[in-house]
Amino acid sequence: MAVCIAVIAKENYPLYIRSAPTENELKFHHMVHTSLDVVDEKISAMGKALLDQRELYLGLLYPTEDYKVYGYVTNSKVKFVMVVDSSNTALRDNEIRSMFRKLHNSYTDVMCNPFYNPGDRIQSRAFDNMVTSMMIQVC
Amino acid sequence: MEGLTLSDAEQKYYSDLFSYCDIESTKKVVVNGRVLELFRAAQLPNDVVLQIMELCGATRLGYFGRSQFYIALKLVAVAQSGFPLRVESINTVKDLPLPRFVASKNEQESRHAASYSSDSENQGSYSGVIPPPPGRGQVKKGSVSHDTVQPRTSADAQEPASPVVSPQQSPPTSPHTWRKHSRHPSGGNSERPLAGPGPFWSPFGEAQSGSSAGDAVWSGHSPPPPQENWVSFADTPPTSTLLTMHPASVQDQTTVRTVASATTAIEIRRQSSSYDDPWKITDEQRQYYVNQFKTIQPDLNGFIPGSAAKEFFTKSKLPILELSHIWELSDFDKDGALTLDEFCAAFHLVVARKNGYDLPEKLPESLMPKLIDLEDSADVGDQPGEVGYSGSPAEAPPSKSPSMPSLNQTWPELNQSSEDTAIVHPVPIRMTPSKIHMQEMELKRTGSDHTNPTSPLLVKPSDLSEENKINSSVKFASGNTVGQQQAGVVAHPPAVPPRPQPSQAPGPAVHRPVDADGLITHTSTSPQQIPEQPNFADFSQFEVFAASNVNEEQDDEAEKHPEVLPAEKASDPANSLRVAKADSKTEEKTAAGAPTNVSKGTAPLAPPPKPVRRRLKSEDELRPEVDEHTQKTGVLAAVLASQPSIPRSVGKDKKAIQASIRRNKETNTVLARLNSELQQQLKDVLEERISLEVQLEQLRPFSHL
Repeated sequence: MAVCIAVIAKENYPLYIRSAPTENELKFHHMVHTSLDVVDEKISAMGKALLDQRELYLGLLYPTEDYKVYGYVTNSKVKFVMVVDSSNTALRDNEIRSMFRKLHNSYTDVMCNPFYNPGDRIQSRAFDNMVTSMMIQVC
Repeated sequence: MEGLTLSDAEQKYYSDLFSYCDIESTKKVVVNGRVLELFRAAQLPNDVVLQIMELCGATRLGYFGRSQFYIALKLVAVAQSGFPLRVESINTVKDLPLPRFVASKNEQESRHAASYSSDSENQGSYSGVIPPPPGRGQVKKGSVSHDTVQPRTSADAQEPASPVVSPQQSPPTSPHTWRKHSRHPSGGNSERPLAGPGPFWSPFGEAQSGSSAGDAVWSGHSPPPPQENWVSFADTPPTSTLLTMHPASVQDQTTVRTVASATTAIEIRRQSSSYDDPWKITDEQRQYYVNQFKTIQPDLNGFIPGSAAKEFFTKSKLPILELSHIWELSDFDKDGALTLDEFCAAFHLVVARKNGYDLPEKLPESLMPKLIDLEDSADVGDQPGEVGYSGSPAEAPPSKSPSMPSLNQTWPELNQSSEDTAIVHPVPIRMTPSKIHMQEMELKRTGSDHTNPTSPLLVKPSDLSEENKINSSVKFASGNTVGQQQAGVVAHPPAVPPRPQPSQAPGPAVHRPVDADGLITHTSTSPQQIPEQPNFADFSQFEVFAASNVNEEQDDEAEKHPEVLPAEKASDPANSLRVAKADSKTEEKTAAGAPTNVSKGTAPLAPPPKPVRRRLKSEDELRPEVDEHTQKTGVLAAVLASQPSIPRSVGKDKKAIQASIRRNKETNTVLARLNSELQQQLKDVLEERISLEVQLEQLRPFSHL
């Protein structure tokens, strides 16, 4: 469903970014990069008081004519950004949420691996498989 | 005999060989047969062998003493190096490589020899680490214990051995190898200790490269035998009989080795399908892994934390990426720690990888940690099926990713799962009737006064049990004759309850006093207990209730309880009233249920977490459902039932715990899906709003930018 999925670290560098192979990857990289501003804006808008109540799912970050960008932030400020095709109107908000939840779970599994150093690029095969399944689903 | 000066390596090697030949453990004299075997394995022409024997004095003496043996070995080395055989040559030839013997058993030795002779050769190889498998005979003879095998291992190592090693030897070898290396820092082995107790595979290859120079090539045997050996090794148990001499397999030059290893891998794969699973852990391997586990974590039921495991496996010098993948495969429950099974699986994967096997994408079945008792292979098989709706082990624990099943599947699965859990629960809950009766009696007394006899929801079996309960409780409440009548009245609408009652009427009078006491003491708790898991043991409750109904009847008749009387009266007027009261009561119970359940959980003999979990789980499940009270009573009975069973056997306990873990996970999945569905329902409006906003923005493209 997604055409591009990215995991951004707290310091705003990518830990993992994968696009559907047919597309122009650079364009997606740029979209993800620009979406980070929107993410930060949404996070700061919540205010410190709401830190605990802040919802992890940010929803639609911004739409373009071809794509929609959704965001999700974890409590450790790791961001997941997902770019989906606008033509795919069947995608409901709840489905996007479930996809982010899957991402989050897989990310947690990667973190639990003692051989993974936080801050490294994510090279886990299981994570890759999960992301692939999400991307293929749509196409 | 001339004085023989041996280097340290040579000394060790020779002493190992001597012990190998010294099957009679005389420590003085070596059996001629063995020695001859050894010499044959040295691949020297017979006349050379005879010459050697003559030179060393064995022919003269008629046996091989230690010195003769050593001299003979030295001469073998001399001969293999191409030097003329002279008595003087044993001392004059400097830097003589260790004699290499190529017999099947001797491969290890040759490898070992190679390792001894040249550190550099074996630098990168595991061969050093994985010393040749202990002499087959010795392994078989001796214990599997590492200690006893250790000296043998060294002896074996020195024996020229073909790479083909019976599978039996392979597993023990690796651990031995590991240990051996850790103990013998000789000749470059010191670095190998942690290289991993690889089975022979790579060591073989390595050894051969090391021994390429001196090893005689057993013509025509190179590739196939190693492969077979390889395979047999992989096939762990069955081919142990292959121990005996394999024709000089591999041993040959590096080229042969590489060919062999390549073909071997193919062979293995081909044969693995026909033989045992190459991922199977042999007993010796498992024992070794368990011992290693103990060094890190003495409690076999405990966990190895991730950091400790990381250190341990890092020593194996595999790349971090592969170790990370191995971890992903082996940490089945994704908790960041390794149980014994997970550790064994990980270790086995490390060993396999070191020997050139590619890591699988999924955890092989034989390596899957058995969450339940080892005998429960069925459970293991079920585990991935139950736990995850996908086959991949990474996805196996659904509790971790409750949202995984697609939303589309949520509803049907939800229903099914709840029904499934209903079915599953009863199984472990069969318990001693007496206690159940007792508790049910209490329950019925206090709780189900107002259960609705007329609303027999015939849909679910829980209803039936509920009805039974109701009937019994009604009778209870009614006390004497009134109760009887009510019981009769109540009995009518639900067809089922009356049946068991009459049959059980003659039932245990013995229960009465017990029940009475129980009733009094437990009345306060029983209503709280009622809102137990609804799905539990519906069927068992049925029986129980039937039995308890009878008891209750009798008790009612015999005793008058004040609570019963007022209940009676309340119930007398109208069933509807009863129903209302029952409902309110159940709801109260539900409210009280959660805290009570927790407290109740600790009270009974049953392992606290188990019943608590069940209750909570069932409660959760029940909430969306209508039939609370039936389920609760059912659950209560189930819980109570479980209590007596628990002390029965630890094994059942463990199974029950694990079964409950599984159930909990399933419940988690169900609940998560339910949650997502509810969220979806909640968010529909929000979605509309977003879409409207989007449309608005689309209509104003420039203003947004």
